[in-house]
Amino acid sequence: MTSQVDQSEAVDGSDGDKGRSGSAEERPATAGSADAHAPGGPPPSRAKPIRRLDRVIIRFAGDSGDGMQLTGDRFTSETAAFGNDLSTLPNFPAEIRAPAGTLPGVSSFQLHFADHDILTPGDAPNVLVAMNPAALKANLPDLPRGAQIIVNTDEFTKRALAKVGYPADPLSDGSLEGFHLHKVPLTTLTLEALKDSGLARKDAERAKNMFALGLLSWMYHRPTHGTESFLRGKFAKKPQIAEANISAFRAGWNFGETTESFAVSYEVPPARLPAGRYRNISGNLALSYGLIAASQRSGLPLYLGSYPITPASDILHELSRHKNFGVRTFQAEDEIAGIGAALGASFGGALGVTTTSGPGVALKSETIGLAVSLELPLLIVDIQRGGPSTGLPTKTEQADLLQAMFGRNGEAPVPIVAPATPAECFDAALEAARIAVAYRTPVFLLSDGYLANGSEPWRIPEVDELPEIDPKFATGPNREDGAFWPYLRDPHTLARPWALPGTPGLEHRIGGIEKQDGTGNISYDPANHDFMVRTRQAKVDGITVKPVEVDDPTGDARVLVLGWGSTYGPITAAVRRVRADGGEIAQAHLRNLNPFPANLGSVLRSYEKVVVPEMNLGQLALLLRAKYLVDAEPYNQVRGLPFKAAQLADVLSAAIGTLDEEDHR
Amino acid sequence: MSENGFPSLRLVPKAEAPLSTRDFKTDQEVRWCPGCGDYAILAAVQSFMPELGIKRENTVFVSGIGCSSRFPYYMNTYGVHSIHGRAPAIATGLASSRRDLSVWVVTGDGDALSIGGNHLIHALRRNVNLKILLFNNRIYGLTKGQYSPTSELGKITKSTPMGSLDAPFNPLSLAIGAEASFVARSIDSDRQHLQSVLRAAARHEGTALVEIYQNCNIFNDGAFEVLKEPGTRDEALIRLEHGQPIRFGAEGGSGVFRGPDGELFTAPVTPDNEARLLVHDAHAASPATAFALSRIADADTLHHTPIGVLRDVERPVYDQLMESQLATAAAHRGPGDLATLLAGGDTWTVD
Repeated sequence: MTSQVDQSEAVDGSDGDKGRSGSAEERPATAGSADAHAPGGPPPSRAKPIRRLDRVIIRFAGDSGDGMQLTGDRFTSETAAFGNDLSTLPNFPAEIRAPAGTLPGVSSFQLHFADHDILTPGDAPNVLVAMNPAALKANLPDLPRGAQIIVNTDEFTKRALAKVGYPADPLSDGSLEGFHLHKVPLTTLTLEALKDSGLARKDAERAKNMFALGLLSWMYHRPTHGTESFLRGKFAKKPQIAEANISAFRAGWNFGETTESFAVSYEVPPARLPAGRYRNISGNLALSYGLIAASQRSGLPLYLGSYPITPASDILHELSRHKNFGVRTFQAEDEIAGIGAALGASFGGALGVTTTSGPGVALKSETIGLAVSLELPLLIVDIQRGGPSTGLPTKTEQADLLQAMFGRNGEAPVPIVAPATPAECFDAALEAARIAVAYRTPVFLLSDGYLANGSEPWRIPEVDELPEIDPKFATGPNREDGAFWPYLRDPHTLARPWALPGTPGLEHRIGGIEKQDGTGNISYDPANHDFMVRTRQAKVDGITVKPVEVDDPTGDARVLVLGWGSTYGPITAAVRRVRADGGEIAQAHLRNLNPFPANLGSVLRSYEKVVVPEMNLGQLALLLRAKYLVDAEPYNQVRGLPFKAAQLADVLSAAIGTLDEEDHR
Repeated sequence: MSENGFPSLRLVPKAEAPLSTRDFKTDQEVRWCPGCGDYAILAAVQSFMPELGIKRENTVFVSGIGCSSRFPYYMNTYGVHSIHGRAPAIATGLASSRRDLSVWVVTGDGDALSIGGNHLIHALRRNVNLKILLFNNRIYGLTKGQYSPTSELGKITKSTPMGSLDAPFNPLSLAIGAEASFVARSIDSDRQHLQSVLRAAARHEGTALVEIYQNCNIFNDGAFEVLKEPGTRDEALIRLEHGQPIRFGAEGGSGVFRGPDGELFTAPVTPDNEARLLVHDAHAASPATAFALSRIADADTLHHTPIGVLRDVERPVYDQLMESQLATAAAHRGPGDLATLLAGGDTWTVD
């Protein structure tokens, strides 16, 4: 949750890693503390002391096959149901099952939850659950001293240690002395709990992630009924497996309650979010819902033409489940056919959409150019990932901005919108559809892997709050002589008429060859081409977008930090830290990258320094410098992971410091 | 079969009054080279369209890039002149979302078989309700005379001064291999035959591939002359008729037979072998004989080139299946309700 928050709530820089937690208070156990129930039983008397925290960062890490993403998802759902604000970061390899026990095979899921508004999945975990030596080794560098580590000791065999290059057992060689280590034989305990389940050892072992989840659910007072009903639903056809997982889950909870190795449990009270009805939502799910909403609000049937690609495929999966909304999903033979079919459907009056990632955009470029020339509505959803080429398929990056902006032959301007948070992907889909339909143009929606898979609480909007989109189809001739000209434009928007096949009297032919202004007939006339190129550009330049808002509480800031896309969370968290330390900084975030908001130039010019953090090598900064002649200062990282708030806070403080030094010279 | 005889057009609104050839001509100046075979094809299509009995505005021509792909500009229907090779993909999106349209794809040997080969084979296997007219002139015309995927091995062109090294595609064999449910061939200059094939294609439910041998009089003139010359055409052409013994040549003196090894061969018809003439069955469940027929011509001389409908079988149609999934989903779960969707899953309320 990232909006409508009183900044004063978070002035302690709560998105950072100041030790294990922001603040903690310990209180004695209260009988019948009602926020968590022993699974399957009545509310327990908590036998151990409870500490109250304002926020926690947990990272689950294990082999790709250990079910860490599922474990993280379930803990997230429990946390959302409890009412904390939260932010998640799944991080997994591209290989489906990398060799077991190896560093490249480590899959992790990080979750930050709090009793207040937070913006990022957190810089550094307070708690690491490591299912094997590889998970420990891969994640230890991210842990601050004093963090808790829960390890599955059963996996710390000589062979497993050797596989990741541990010369000695880190659990006993003293190297983890600065941490709070919990040694738990998770596999043994799971097998013990399931000894009467009738499952083969191999199957029973697989439930160890649920044991870990049960233990963490106990530690953090998470509600458990949701996970139990989830497991019953997931394994409805295999009740034996369902019961085994539930048994392991309960055993983990009870283990926490009874074992001496866990002396305290922790409570993170629900967050004070703006009033409303909430659900937890990932970026790709929000985007899918946004597309369906755009279809419903425009009356245009949704047609998705897509080819599977990480990390965009989940949108194809999700939309294919909603055929009762009249949604057509077409899994094409390749990326080009995916967008081709979407464009063909648009010609027929559908809301044509194609979903992909960077390599797919490269293949679709020619068809995007055709859509620019045909001037038909079309959405191109790019869930950016690490590049170039295949790059880092499961990791995040923002390096497709210039591809979206310029990656076509000829002058082929395409509007670009970019959501800032997972939940905002919903609004971005509606905004992209609004522009596409109103201006008869392809529109890029640039999300990324971090937004796609990350999740946060979302205040569910009322349907009638959502914008309406009027397709304004052409219904009759637009010339006094009774003729229909397919390129006779609306004088205000410069949009051309959208005449659907089946409309009598409006038969027309359109194509990728340059056409005469108005009539749309083929034209090689030099002056006409010059006019049409400038007109298509003017149409995109003239799109109405909301002004960019600047957050400058005192009005005295000299440095502006400007971002776009998924860097919103870390940038905002960093800004809070800087302000908490007494620094003055202004912040703005772009949701529309083409055209830029009309007030952007004056905003940029009203600050002495503009810092632009991006997960690329400075693509927005390049555009700002070119368009506004401002000395935008890029700060860049392409590690496949989001920025950390602490890192950005240092950069922003340094920028402020540089100006102060110049003053004193 | 519906009342107008075109079951594939069942959902397309009928014209209120009969249309004429003139209704399908546009005011655009036709810009093919004088003498191009495309003129004959255009005239044949324009005069055939009224026969469909559907509203003109419910007809769409989609093309790619190449000489043939200028075709939509000359048809007074809705039309899209798209990009090289992609017409089947674009038409698939249109046809699968608008079942009230009659969608035609016009393409060439370079467009369909080279840059767009992938889209062609996938459209054929899906069996989308598209009628694909593949103008095969065995040369690249618009780029001024390079060899194409149907040019013969060793062909001397601008890009192959020492002869082409590429073995050509046989478009009909390719289509049958790609699970096409309708495969036919005709010739630009034989309007009556071409229209009979268009008629059969228009009737067919699903994707129809019609290869049209088309003369490029600039870069590959006379490529099909042997099939057109009164002196040679009777021997060179095999006119296929469903249910009829396959005979050709003057007075039908030659015929197609199946040998003991199962292979097809041609031979003079005699009173002894007449009863063993192969009877053409376009609706045969197995594609084997159609495939054999597609390869019976001599690749060098074009002798024994079959024209007509090689294959015409019923198979589930993609757009019908897609529509029925939507209907099933709506019947089982009710029409989608946005508010319910958005509020689905685990929710909580903050006061």
